[in-house]
Amino acid sequence: MSATSLPVRAGPTGPSFRQRIGKATPYLLLAPGILWLLIFFILPTFQMFLTSVSTGSLDNGFKLTFSGAAYVTSLTKFGPQFLNSLLYGGMATLLTFAIGFPVAYTIAFRGGRWKNFLLFIVIAPFFTSFLIRTISWKVLLLDDGPVLSFLRDTLHLLPPDASVIGTPIAVIAGITYNFLPFMILPLYVALEKIDPRLIEAANDLYASRAGAFRRVTIPLALPGIFAGTILTFIPALGDYVNATLLGGPQTQMIGNVIQSRFLLLGDYPVAAALSFILMAAILVAVSVYARALGTEQLTG
Amino acid sequence: MTAVSQPLNPTAAATTRRPPRRFLHALDHWFLPGFTVVAIGYLLVPIVVMIIFSFNDYQGKFNFVWHGFTLQGWFHPFDWPGLPDAIKTSLFIAFLSTIGSTILGTFIGLALTRYSFKGRGAINGLIFLPMATPEIVMGSSLLTLFVNSGLQGGMLNGIVPKGVLFPLGFTTILIAHIMFNISYVVVTVKARIAGFDRRLEEAAMDLGADELTTFWKVTFPLIFPGVLAAALLAFSLSIDDFIITSFVSGTTNTFPIWAYSIIKNALPVQINVVGSMVFLGAVLIVGLSNIRQARGNRA
Repeated sequence: MSATSLPVRAGPTGPSFRQRIGKATPYLLLAPGILWLLIFFILPTFQMFLTSVSTGSLDNGFKLTFSGAAYVTSLTKFGPQFLNSLLYGGMATLLTFAIGFPVAYTIAFRGGRWKNFLLFIVIAPFFTSFLIRTISWKVLLLDDGPVLSFLRDTLHLLPPDASVIGTPIAVIAGITYNFLPFMILPLYVALEKIDPRLIEAANDLYASRAGAFRRVTIPLALPGIFAGTILTFIPALGDYVNATLLGGPQTQMIGNVIQSRFLLLGDYPVAAALSFILMAAILVAVSVYARALGTEQLTG
Repeated sequence: MTAVSQPLNPTAAATTRRPPRRFLHALDHWFLPGFTVVAIGYLLVPIVVMIIFSFNDYQGKFNFVWHGFTLQGWFHPFDWPGLPDAIKTSLFIAFLSTIGSTILGTFIGLALTRYSFKGRGAINGLIFLPMATPEIVMGSSLLTLFVNSGLQGGMLNGIVPKGVLFPLGFTTILIAHIMFNISYVVVTVKARIAGFDRRLEEAAMDLGADELTTFWKVTFPLIFPGVLAAALLAFSLSIDDFIITSFVSGTTNTFPIWAYSIIKNALPVQINVVGSMVFLGAVLIVGLSNIRQARGNRA
């Protein structure tokens, strides 16, 4: 076959032109998208850093002074909000894992012919707006809402002045809800790939079921655990919608501060510094976490 | 193996390990399915609330408390100042950013899976980074870029014509949406191309097809399901985005931005109606495509 086609391909002008194009092809394919990311993802990060070490205001313009004042303000004044983000984001990530792992495990190993239907329900929340789902939680958790009236007036489990909206519990519940599918899906993908014969082999070799779970299932699920926790924790850290709609003045997260400094107060240097600190902290945390779990397994 | 271990187990293991075994058995058979059903109920609760409250005959400005059934909301689904424009903008942005990001992302996906070149690791890293960056950081850094493009000393000042990136609006939202969608398109398309048999392309070339013909007649039809899935994902991410959009939208409203701005003063039933419409529409599309796929598999 190739013998007959070779002469056709090796025409007088053919090979050199085609080879040259062939070498450039991957770069030509990459160029537009990569340029877009460089100009609208990497460049803005530099601009944000420059803004964070500038002084000035929106009206008078910013001057690059390499002043660290914005960083000093960020680190000294907004400790509570950073702490809230870490606490709520961390709690929500633990909760999504505690809820998501049994669900992913059940769908992967016990789903049977219901598997696709169950996965469909897991992603169903994505078919409505993130904002509307959070508003729905507000409707549910309001003082006169169905959840509180039932627990307070029907079951008398709560005191008459109990309320959830405005407390950290409401914010954590909202974040947990909104990011649960991001935990379940990668866990499911990792668990689904596990060959059940490996677990049977462990049982045949006298591992107890708990032992097989701990020493076979969990290590094989690690890439999913990594992806799920990252996909939940990172957006949770930067979230401010749940804190705004479900929380109160005491539950402000760092996202609330960044949002109001940028969009309401126009205090760009401090807002940029806060945003930059958040990004740097996350990059460090993710690389430490990746190393702790063993990077080779995760990226390969 | 089982034949050998069977006679050993009942006598030796049953006496020593019985209680934990029974516990694990119960866990496996009752707790896990029960837990899954409850968790799935938890996922569906706010959606059910949204749909129920779209029929609420609410009093006052806020659709928070149930007052009785009405179809008024569904008879006037867009009847609120600013809502029709916001929906139009959302659809336009989602449509255009889907086309843009799907083309750019599919190109990158093809390059990463089918060619060997220098700097692959760096490209993979660049694709991963936007997905590992909180939306608020991307939104705020884009805002500083756009605002500074019109100011002295700004990075794009003098390169990009004035008025394109600032004042903020439709163009800046579109730029941001294409940016955050590219990575998701690349990942989705790559997953599809990874299982692709390259000998099919070689066969086409051996039969005298040139590279472009091979691409359109062989490669593209094979990766099309992946491209379509990526486009659907990009569309849904774009139409739902709130955080990044809120930083780069200026005075232009998309549906989520409009809803967020209005809920401080009122919660009209129209928010629930539009949300329910989108939800039911999406369920219908996915349901139909699943049925078609199932038929295709059977045939």
